[in-house]
Amino acid sequence: MEIDPFIFRLSIFILSIFVGYYVVWSVTPSLHTPLMSVTNAISSVIIVGAIIAGLAGNSNTIFNISSIFGFLAIGLAAINIFGGFLVTQRMLAMYKKKKKNK
Amino acid sequence: MISANLSAIFYLISGVLFILALRGLSSPETSRQGNLFGVAGMIIAITVTFLSIGNFSIGFVVVLIFLLVGGLIGAFIAYKIPMTAMPELVAGFHSLVGLAAVFVAIAAFLNPEAFNLGTPGKIKLGSLIEMSIGAAVGAITFSGSIIAFLKLQGIMSGSPITFKGQHLLNGLILISIIILIYLLCSTQSSNLFWILLAVSFLIGFLLIIPIGGADMPVVISMLNSYSGWAAAGIGFTLENTALIITGALVGSSGAILSYIMCKGMNRSFFNVILGGFGATEQSSSSQNKEQRPVKSGNADDAAFLMKNASSVIIVPGYGMAVAQAQHALREMVDTLKKNDIKVSYAIHPVAGRMPGHMNVLLAEANVPYDEVFELEEINNDFANADVAFVIGANDVTNPVAKTDPESPIYGMPVLDVEKCKSVLFVKRSLSPGYAGIDNDLFYQENTLMLFADAKKMTEDITKNL
Repeated sequence: MEIDPFIFRLSIFILSIFVGYYVVWSVTPSLHTPLMSVTNAISSVIIVGAIIAGLAGNSNTIFNISSIFGFLAIGLAAINIFGGFLVTQRMLAMYKKKKKNK
Repeated sequence: MISANLSAIFYLISGVLFILALRGLSSPETSRQGNLFGVAGMIIAITVTFLSIGNFSIGFVVVLIFLLVGGLIGAFIAYKIPMTAMPELVAGFHSLVGLAAVFVAIAAFLNPEAFNLGTPGKIKLGSLIEMSIGAAVGAITFSGSIIAFLKLQGIMSGSPITFKGQHLLNGLILISIIILIYLLCSTQSSNLFWILLAVSFLIGFLLIIPIGGADMPVVISMLNSYSGWAAAGIGFTLENTALIITGALVGSSGAILSYIMCKGMNRSFFNVILGGFGATEQSSSSQNKEQRPVKSGNADDAAFLMKNASSVIIVPGYGMAVAQAQHALREMVDTLKKNDIKVSYAIHPVAGRMPGHMNVLLAEANVPYDEVFELEEINNDFANADVAFVIGANDVTNPVAKTDPESPIYGMPVLDVEKCKSVLFVKRSLSPGYAGIDNDLFYQENTLMLFADAKKMTEDITKNL
């Protein structure tokens, strides 16, 4: 019997939870705020689904209800992607080491 | 047009890049590079999606317009936002992820052909389950984050809103969500889908209103986690590896942060979620403590004490963020350092309104991160320090957490500020902190209260140094 592709995706999912668990424990507590903003940015990869929905219609029906929801989701996710990565970059640029170390 | 297998490999690569982005955050040196990995992963995921659809008609232009408009808004917010407003910003961003997940789920429900999920009314069962879970969690993330945002922004009162039968109502709604998903999957009715969304929005709202301001670190982390699970749910629907990996990463990241925050308050996750902290405790402790003597001083006294110290530990809290005192504080510390006084900063895990809040503010004020220490790293140093300068923190310094088993914060890890030779406590008044209990530290022999706005007091001390 063939294995349902769902099982493969589930395996990826479960293993990623473990990867996430170990990676996040190694994040230094002083960077927890950037961690939140960057996870927020990467979870906006949901834009992939929004693009598929937005481009689903053909040229006569660009604006059917489904693709309109797609377009809106693209806009929301884009705010997050740009905002999330840029604000993370801005924060990380502020973390500096002591300059004059005797 | 590229093949499904090739695009799956690219999605896997972008998932790996996202893992590396989080890995980079293990130290400030590697973190900037990590962020670039994240950006690269995102660019790959978006480009591959365009190539695999291969539709570059007018619809593509519309997509780009939405992408650009959203991007410009996001970039504008990212550059304009003051660092003190990070908790609000993150809560706001979470709500957008949640809403985007809901919109994608709606689009997939209305037009399943576009996603190879079957036809309307005949959506594959597995996909429908994944879709409805993604939509429900997304909706909860959205409305929950909106409430968190309003509370953090001060538009809505930060105090817990509770009513009778709240937990019963929430429990019933959660059960009804499960029943709705079951019915939706067996009937494929679009009405049920809309009801499911409405009920999920409602429960997100109801879950967050009973949680008070100082519990926000837990709430924000929890919503962070939810936004991840929502993304993962949608990832299963779309059979997209990048989304599944990312969802799992973000989900576990938020869960770990919630756990760390709960531990920092010595409370269980459920205790926080059920809300209403300390509401019943006030009556017992309020009478006898009003009359205790307090030593209060001015900036001159504080400057004198610090000038004669050889080591000073600074304990910042949410009050510093409110007063925007981080720059003034850094200037004060600079002056102290010129006088060869050793200065370090002690950060409690739940100081502020989100994980790492204080660290970001200090970094903004150009405080080198190797002068900033976590609770476990620095707690033993208080006994050897001459002065502890508490600015805007309260409950996290309360020795009662170690001594009084009756206290609502008993068992919470606290900074051993009272062991310092002298304690300077910058505060507006003697009012109790969020937990609603008096801080014994105020009445200690070696404590000098500085009643003033944190920023103004710090500036005045600098002048007197």
